Amino acid sequence: MSVLIYLIPAALLLGGASLAAFMWAMKSGQYEDLDGAGERILFDDAGPLAPKHGETAR
Amino acid sequence: MSCCAPGADINAASGAPSPDELLHAARSLGDGVAQIELSVPAIHCGACIQKLEQALSRLDGVISARVNLSTRRISIRFRQSAPPPIVETLTGLGYPPHLFDEAEGKDRTLAELLRSVAVSGFASGNIMLLSVSVWSGADGATRDLFHWISALIAFPTLLYAGRTFYRSAWQALRAGRMNMDVPIVIGVALAYAMSIYDTLHHGQHAYFDAGVTLLFFLLIGRTFDHLMRDRARSAVLGLARLAPRGAVVIAPDGSRDYRPVNEIETGDRLLIAAGERIPVDARVIGGASDLDCSLVSGESRPQPVGPASTVRAGTLNLTGPLTLEASARATDSFLAEMVRMMEAAEGGRTRYRRIADRVSAFYAPVVHLTALVAFIVWLVMGGDWHQALTIAIAVLIITCPCALGLAVPIVQVVAARRLFERGVMVRDGSAMERLTEIDAVAFDKTGTLTMGQPRLVNAPDIAPDMLAVAAALGGQSRHPLSQAIARHAAAGDAGSDAPPVSFDAVTEVPGFGIEGWRDGSLWRLGRPGWALGQETRVQEKPGQTTFGQVTFDQAMFDNDKDAAGAAWFASGSGAMLARDGRECARFAFEDTVRPGAAAAIQALQRTGKSVEILSGDTEAACRDIAGRLDIQQYAAGLLPSGKVARINAMTQAGRKMLMVGDGLNDAPALSAAYASMAPATAADVGRNIADLVFLRDSLEAVPFVIDVSEQAGKLIRQNIALALVYNIIAVPIAFLGLVTPLIAAVAMSGSSILVIANALRLLRSGERSPAAKPDRAPVVGHYPGRYSEGGAT
Repeated sequence: MSVLIYLIPAALLLGGASLAAFMWAMKSGQYEDLDGAGERILFDDAGPLAPKHGETAR
Repeated sequence: MSCCAPGADINAASGAPSPDELLHAARSLGDGVAQIELSVPAIHCGACIQKLEQALSRLDGVISARVNLSTRRISIRFRQSAPPPIVETLTGLGYPPHLFDEAEGKDRTLAELLRSVAVSGFASGNIMLLSVSVWSGADGATRDLFHWISALIAFPTLLYAGRTFYRSAWQALRAGRMNMDVPIVIGVALAYAMSIYDTLHHGQHAYFDAGVTLLFFLLIGRTFDHLMRDRARSAVLGLARLAPRGAVVIAPDGSRDYRPVNEIETGDRLLIAAGERIPVDARVIGGASDLDCSLVSGESRPQPVGPASTVRAGTLNLTGPLTLEASARATDSFLAEMVRMMEAAEGGRTRYRRIADRVSAFYAPVVHLTALVAFIVWLVMGGDWHQALTIAIAVLIITCPCALGLAVPIVQVVAARRLFERGVMVRDGSAMERLTEIDAVAFDKTGTLTMGQPRLVNAPDIAPDMLAVAAALGGQSRHPLSQAIARHAAAGDAGSDAPPVSFDAVTEVPGFGIEGWRDGSLWRLGRPGWALGQETRVQEKPGQTTFGQVTFDQAMFDNDKDAAGAAWFASGSGAMLARDGRECARFAFEDTVRPGAAAAIQALQRTGKSVEILSGDTEAACRDIAGRLDIQQYAAGLLPSGKVARINAMTQAGRKMLMVGDGLNDAPALSAAYASMAPATAADVGRNIADLVFLRDSLEAVPFVIDVSEQAGKLIRQNIALALVYNIIAVPIAFLGLVTPLIAAVAMSGSSILVIANALRLLRSGERSPAAKPDRAPVVGHYPGRYSEGGAT
């Protein structure tokens, strides 16, 4: 049963990592526009979404 | 892009925010940068995102623009020193923007619930993994190790994810009441303490998994429930605001200053441009115009106003600039008075207790008693307190309403999703329960049964060249009748290549019509008397009637006696085109009936519901609509209090009324009725009080909503029955002491899954019926179940 010594921590760590990832994604607003995100994939321009001042968009 | 037909389906576009309003609503981020959130209902596809973001980014002063497709909002950052023409750009592209009130506080509860679901989901998954090993035969030191790890995971989870329940149970106990959360909290806490004790003594069974899984399932139900109660409210707020945020105030020294509406004092002089809404009750001291009062009084015909007329907050100034003197503060204005009446009228729905509440009110004491009886019986019979307590805890846990907590909200979420697909927003989950009991439906006329938009009816009688002249003149006016002529001409001869008619020196004479010079003749389109050169000034309308603390112009409700005949639009006198004072053509109008109105009313009558019209408009207009839609009962010329009185009378006679209305004058009636619906074009007070808001034009939404509600009601009853059957089977097993943690886990998950699967049948039943053919994309919306933390990224 010595295998448990590292298997259980590994399982908990992985689960904890995914929990942390979900929390981060929610906090950073990735769930705010689920429809828009799907559509944005299809845009040609990969440029910055917020052009800097003085820069002209096409 | 063919899917982008901007502007075509927006009819609430009047009253776009002015640049002053925009600046005022923007939030300063420091460094001279401000951020504004705008609701743009016309956004509906990926091409819209690209188009708007590119167009806005191109403007000078705009730092960034980000479209949110789910909430149909744009968040724009710009330099305060050089405010870019955001509203003009968006309107020019066909996407009229609206300001909205941010309700950020509401989303915090949802965020907390979602985090709790995530944490308890993580914990229950991991503990279940360890428990499965124990059930599969791990024993001795390994079992103890697994139990200790489970305890370590469970402890912070119960503290964090259980907060909602502790708070609610504590509040109930402090108020001397019982709710479902009390047995949940007792059960979970006792199970944890007991399991720790057993683990210390190397016991075989530990209930760590049961406690955490219980919280997980309950939190899912709680989150759905919260979505049902709260989701639509934020979406309703995201719709167009019809009350202005402020107005330009003229100071005594002549300087002009834009002030928010709650800083406008009695006696202030206000400047209201054509196209703006009037912010407070006021008296006209300069200028003349026509007012669209339809949202306030229900009257479909614009009211001419001139000096000394009194005007109501919420009416829309159509044709000319007005200088007003505020006669009441915003809090004392017509709008605020309507809100007070609404609160007073709120009756039917506050008495209603939700099915879930009714069930749990009877369920909670039963659970407590059963557990207590189990404890006492086993103590007396067996004499072992440890065994007695274990069995009592098993009874508490197994009866805890996992399935019951999910039974109602899951059905409501699924039903709300089906309704949303057909363009109906559910503002209040209990509305669907109440709708199943409806046996009478009352409609408002203007804006509900009709579109509140006049249509030219006697076009075949008018010489085509005269129609072209009238259309060219009318196209330059904001008056609804002029616009109706222009619209008719534009729709009728889009293909013809007649030379465009042009005028010199076109002037709009507010209250009368529009005039212009062409080939040396003066053409006038407007009130017949004025067009023929007989009338020269606004007619004063004497007589006012008192209503609460509010006085209404008699003219707002009275039949206009100068009507030439009942065939003229509403009670009005239609419009006349005259050349140099000689009549050329007369135009008659009628209000367009909302599409699907006739079918909807037939469907309602077929299911045995009585249908009637409650309108503030004139008797003639109501009779006409009632005849066209085959409605036997109608009441015309009602004041807001009259509508409430009518609904109260019906309620006292034992009827359950559904009120469908859109105007400010309907708002008290909407809140007095047992259930209420409003179109998306309604006044915002109406939208905020109505249980359901339908976003598309068609009135067939009304029978559809009742139909879905009845299906949902059936599923809710089935689900509750399923949950009770589960308990009838499970409680005796628990009582006999046969429940191991394994059986508890299987029983709890099994019943929850059964209830969810049953609720999902509602979606399938929608696909089967071919009647549910999709018409248009919803104009505005907010997807159910989608999370939005409010504010920008």
